[in-house]
Amino acid sequence: MAERAARPGPGTAEVFVRAPGAGLAAAALRARGAGPTGAGPVGGRGLCGEPARGFAPPQPGLAAAMIHSLFLINASGDIFLEKHWKSVVSRSVCDYFFEAQERASEAENVPPVIPTPHHYLLSVYRHKIFFVAVIQSEVPPLFVIEFLHRVVDTFQDYFGVCSEVIIKDNVVVVYEVLEEMLDNGFPLATESNILKELIKPPTILRTVVNTITGSTNVGDQLPTGQLSVVPWRRTGVKYTNNEAYFDVIEEIDAIIDKSGSTITAEIQGVIDACVKLTGMPDLTLSFMNPRLLDDVSFHPCVRFKRWESERILSFIPPDGNFRLLSYHVSAQNLVAIPVYVKHNISFRDSSSLGRFEITVGPKQTMGKTVEGVMVTSQMPKSVLNMTLTPSQGTHVFDPVTKLLSWDVGKINPQKLPSLKGSVSLQAGTSKPDENPTINLQFKIQQLAISGLKVNRLDMYGEKYKPFKGIKYMTKAGKFQVRT
Amino acid sequence: MRNRNEDLKQMLESSKDSAKLDAMKRIVGMIAKGKNASELFPAVVKNVASKNIEIKKLVYVYLMRYAEEQQDLALLSISTFQRALKDPNQLIRASALRVLSSIRVPIIVPIMMLAIKEASSDLSPYVRKNAAHAIQKLYSLDPEQKEMLIEVIEKLLKDRSTLVAGSVVMAFEEVCPDRIDLIHKNYRKLCNLLVDVEEWGQVVIIHMLTRYARTQFLSPWKVDEVVDEYSESNFYESDEEQKEKDQKLKTIYTMDPDHRLLLRNTKPLLQSRNAAVVMAVAQLYWHLAPKSEAGIVSKSLVRLLRSNREVQYIVLQNIATMSIQRKGMFEPYLKSFYVRSTDPTMIKTLKLEIMTNLANEANISTLLREFQTYVKSQDKQFAAATIQAIGRCATNITEVTDTCLNGLVCLLSNRDEIVVAESVVVIKKLLQTQPAHHGEIIKHMAKLLDNITVPVARASILWLIGEYCERVPKIAPDVLRKTAKSFTNEDDLVKLQILNLGAKLYLTNSKQTKLLTQYVLNLGKYDQSYDIRDRTRFIRQLIVPNEKSGALSKYAKKIFLAQKPAPLLESPFKDRDHFQLGTLSHTLNSRATGYLELSDWPEVAPDPSVRNVDVAESAKEWTGIPGKPKKEKPTEKFYSESEEEEDDSASTSSSGSGSASESEKEDEDEGSTDESSGSSSPSEESTDSESDSKESAAKKRCRAVNESDSQDIKKKAEGISIKRSTSSSSDTEYTSSDECSSDSKSDSESGKSRNATSNKKEEKPAQDRKTPKTQDMFLLDLDDFCPVTTPVAVPTAAVLSPSLAADLEGLSLSSSSVIDVTMQVSVPTKTHELLHRMSGKGLAAHYHFSRQPGIFGDRMVPVQVTVTNTTDQKIENIHIGEKKLPPGMRMHEFNPIECLEPGGSITATMGIDFCDSTQTASFQLCTKDDHFSVNIQPPVGELLLPVTMSEKDFKKEQGMLTGMNETSTTIAVAPQNSTRLVIIERVVKAANLGVVPSGQDNIHRFAAKTMHSGSLMLVTVELKESSTAQLIINTEKTVIGSVLLRELKPVLSQG
Repeated sequence: MAERAARPGPGTAEVFVRAPGAGLAAAALRARGAGPTGAGPVGGRGLCGEPARGFAPPQPGLAAAMIHSLFLINASGDIFLEKHWKSVVSRSVCDYFFEAQERASEAENVPPVIPTPHHYLLSVYRHKIFFVAVIQSEVPPLFVIEFLHRVVDTFQDYFGVCSEVIIKDNVVVVYEVLEEMLDNGFPLATESNILKELIKPPTILRTVVNTITGSTNVGDQLPTGQLSVVPWRRTGVKYTNNEAYFDVIEEIDAIIDKSGSTITAEIQGVIDACVKLTGMPDLTLSFMNPRLLDDVSFHPCVRFKRWESERILSFIPPDGNFRLLSYHVSAQNLVAIPVYVKHNISFRDSSSLGRFEITVGPKQTMGKTVEGVMVTSQMPKSVLNMTLTPSQGTHVFDPVTKLLSWDVGKINPQKLPSLKGSVSLQAGTSKPDENPTINLQFKIQQLAISGLKVNRLDMYGEKYKPFKGIKYMTKAGKFQVRT
Repeated sequence: MRNRNEDLKQMLESSKDSAKLDAMKRIVGMIAKGKNASELFPAVVKNVASKNIEIKKLVYVYLMRYAEEQQDLALLSISTFQRALKDPNQLIRASALRVLSSIRVPIIVPIMMLAIKEASSDLSPYVRKNAAHAIQKLYSLDPEQKEMLIEVIEKLLKDRSTLVAGSVVMAFEEVCPDRIDLIHKNYRKLCNLLVDVEEWGQVVIIHMLTRYARTQFLSPWKVDEVVDEYSESNFYESDEEQKEKDQKLKTIYTMDPDHRLLLRNTKPLLQSRNAAVVMAVAQLYWHLAPKSEAGIVSKSLVRLLRSNREVQYIVLQNIATMSIQRKGMFEPYLKSFYVRSTDPTMIKTLKLEIMTNLANEANISTLLREFQTYVKSQDKQFAAATIQAIGRCATNITEVTDTCLNGLVCLLSNRDEIVVAESVVVIKKLLQTQPAHHGEIIKHMAKLLDNITVPVARASILWLIGEYCERVPKIAPDVLRKTAKSFTNEDDLVKLQILNLGAKLYLTNSKQTKLLTQYVLNLGKYDQSYDIRDRTRFIRQLIVPNEKSGALSKYAKKIFLAQKPAPLLESPFKDRDHFQLGTLSHTLNSRATGYLELSDWPEVAPDPSVRNVDVAESAKEWTGIPGKPKKEKPTEKFYSESEEEEDDSASTSSSGSGSASESEKEDEDEGSTDESSGSSSPSEESTDSESDSKESAAKKRCRAVNESDSQDIKKKAEGISIKRSTSSSSDTEYTSSDECSSDSKSDSESGKSRNATSNKKEEKPAQDRKTPKTQDMFLLDLDDFCPVTTPVAVPTAAVLSPSLAADLEGLSLSSSSVIDVTMQVSVPTKTHELLHRMSGKGLAAHYHFSRQPGIFGDRMVPVQVTVTNTTDQKIENIHIGEKKLPPGMRMHEFNPIECLEPGGSITATMGIDFCDSTQTASFQLCTKDDHFSVNIQPPVGELLLPVTMSEKDFKKEQGMLTGMNETSTTIAVAPQNSTRLVIIERVVKAANLGVVPSGQDNIHRFAAKTMHSGSLMLVTVELKESSTAQLIINTEKTVIGSVLLRELKPVLSQG
């Protein structure tokens, strides 16, 4: 509807498009909307609608409503939810998106920013759903993208998982949440603590209670957070068991080359917290070796200045789960690579059979067990099938996507897990130029591979003694072995 | 459908809330699916006044969606909202305003306007935030309201709540982005609030301030350009002259302190978890920071690459643009751009682009090895892009051209056609740039012609053979023969090249190829494509001489075998930098609707005084630099080498040692300020007196404003956060300092004499800073004058902790968490002399106490030392030598200063642990050749760290520190000192004490702890009648307590 036929020339573009942020589109809509029903207000339109079009000063603004509309599109290309924060944008605008989707071979390759004649479509792809925001004018694209991700995070927080089915089942809550998150296209409340006070997340118990008592999901209390000093924390939190848990999780991103030497390796870590403390606790967390942290980003609750001057994390925590800190370990420190992969993959030119053999073993694990090992590898297109036998765990080869995955489990250093067998290639095709890359996942409990250690956690501002716990874990991030 | 709607209508009419709610839920479901539910409007709108909050909410949702289409009916709901606007609950007021302004019905414009106006002065910041949002909605509904809305924006811009700031700037950007004048007065406030604004607001404010800064400040880059020009044009000038010019020009560019303020206050936001904020800061640094400083953003940008693919995509695009202009920024992170096989193709190609941009002689071999892996990638599109990248590296880095070429030739035997084709195309481009002795490669490619089927590749080979047919005289005709045979089956692209080849051979080797060419031309004549027919005709006319062809055929050889310029292999991101980074336009590489061009730096800086705010916290720090030279012609601008070096060293050291970086930056600032005021000395005196009068006028105004403002603040105090009240209290303190400076100026006569007679040690710490400073200018040698103005750290995350129990455990480090150390409201600007230039053989040194907590650990008192070179030679290697410290005392030295240019001055920060005593720290200040003994003795007030606590806690603590631990005295208080503001201001200046809120008007409390031992120091000033006061100090450290008492006494009694 708002895809107006006449495209204004470059000179007039600003005159037209700017006001319309809503003005024009609204005017156009009004004309249409009011037409059929015959109930257009006489004075109103004459006074404000029409003249606005002609005399709107040529004055470009940053954005007429940052996010105009949101469409949720599933994998098969159905729009299953739409929400508009200003006048309605016809869903036909999504056709441009579908076009781009067709052009891209995979969902991942759909460009996040798509220009159309009158709008811009910014999208994120998560949980097999495209979240497509419709923008009308200049806006920092990351602003919108980051916001869309925040929307997905919020849904996940509310419903546990974020899927098409769940969203459809909870469409009213979704709508209410979206309504609170954006006002006129500009983010209003994005802290999940606050949102949960405004709109209670559905639980089975509450659903049952609601049906019986007829009470609602909407909070009738004032969300104090909006107004308190600490916008991320609600007041009046009460727990009988006061506990604060911190998980230090480090991920190793690495590329290992054919010969087993490390091409690049870095450690990225996060500290996730689950804090259930009564009142307004003020926490400080200090490290034994804060110099290890090279680059950090904080939850807004962390006081910058204290970190800058003393390398201490000082904060009033949000209630519940949150990510306190993400960090990058400085590049000077050598990264210990906890596992190695021995591989022998060969395709022969003459026959249609190839050999495939990989063995996974522990390398620098500081005496800890490597568990949750999972090997995946994208085979070349010419691979028809694989006949493999693992020494432990289970393996699957999907002949359609050509994806091999092997769930290894724990590595026993005495008896290294291996996967051996043959690969059959499509007849008549030549052997692939490149051996497949092996992606590795693993977990090591009770170890932060960088050596980061929390020194102590102190609480001020409250009288009780909380229960404190710190857990360390090392995981594989993007860990690739080239063969 | 109709039935179902009927049924919904019935449910809505029902008396039961649950039925209504069910109906509304189903309706919202319909809206979400995009189904039309407009015919239910009359039934729904009746429920707008429902008592049930959830029904009400859903009705709001419905109204916002359909009100526009059913305007008459929508008007029925308006009165409900009008009523709700007066509700005592702020949430209801806010939500009413939100819905009312979202109903896009033009007839209610006046009502909306009224509501917005009222809400903009609501007591609740949340309601004011919503008012800011409503401004945009009303503006888009009726742009004619603009003027009135601008008034509201102007008012809300003054708002001090962090909640409002982001939204109102958003409204500003939308309604009147060109009214930059509205920002002036709020500029410093916005800079200072920035850290505490919510993430989304930060993005908007940073973008706005970027635009603002580009119109208001001078370019920090220009200097670089001028350096080049200058050194070239004056090549023959003698060194002497050069030096002289250096001297003259170097002081001309100094960064506006406001410009610096913006850079400093946005820097911590690089650590935000929000990618949009990080990107916004990065683009701000890119567009505003001196080139040497922009590098600090790279680390954070690289961090974002761990994020989702969409974020990666945008960030990589921006890095690609940056990496073209400033390779150095991202070179250390080269490995972070290595491609993983799991990356989506668009990410891969962007990473490749960046790696290519970063390639240089040093890293090219590693990169090429990496590229080899990529070429083999299963993702053929990416493999092709890699080959292009190799080609670009080969042209850019001459050392590896041959290696690359050989590598590409190897690829020609690749099995994949796309790879081969791409290689051919790239080789063609490469050969064109280096046509010499590549006969072998061309021969090799000629052989490939039999196997390659990709048209572009075939065409490229043919073109190459044609172009260099004289280098392969035997093969070329044979190739023509072969292709002539297959001509009819070739692609158009290839056909054109066959024709070209024929023509070229005809001209060079007509004996062998005449017939072949004519055959090809005949085939072309009857080709299906008119393009080829055209070309055939054209070529025939040119090369085959006949009577009609005329003069042109004479030049045929020149036309066909002209030297062709080699193609330029360059990045597609080359010209993107004319768009502001981080914008949609940059991402799309085309102007997006509503894109605001970033203006060029002004030639002459606009008047910086427009940003002076009478009430704002920062007012004090800037008025200290009167008459700064600002209006030089830009052509004279020059950034001396020494300064550049300084910059460099500062930035490198800051990256090396994280904690000290902030302070060093500040130091640098001061250093440059010093220089400017030093050099412009002759003009200073005159401007100074002028500005004095201006200032005092301003002060008067400020007092008036301040009074009304503080009333305002009181009015608003209800429901305002603790943080807000602390910040406003600090505001008032600032103003009071202004007041007092004007006061003291009025009796400057007495101040002058006092200053002249009093010697440094006896000088009362409470003396107003401004008085001595202005006098210094008149009385002392200007070279000695060295005002150090440390920008005041504005309280940011002040959090009050009700309990101080932790403090008393003596954990000086961890206990400081309850103490908000950033609370300190005043930094003594008074400098003490460390080394006089006469006794220092031209090296002068001053120090002052910066009161920045914790730079060197918890127990060190930070001391800023400014060394100035008053000689006309460089002074090298300034460092601290032998130390003679009393037992227990420790000292953290500043990093040695390698070199100090004549006339230059550098500020360094050191830390001294005085062990809570006023004993002197003696040490030697050494240069390369000399060493001078100097000593620092701290005023007792500087041995303290301010503490925040509640009045209750204060009393409790005081109760535990009586008897021996209490010292008190009665003092006379000068009448003008008896107001709360003045007392606080004076006491805090004299000693680093924290202000404790007080319930009684006549009692003022201050708290601090000693730096070394962390013992509490409680100060109470109780005003009595007949202008006397009781001064009480409670502390375990009785010695320090009594010294402090002695020092505080004259502070309040003095006029």
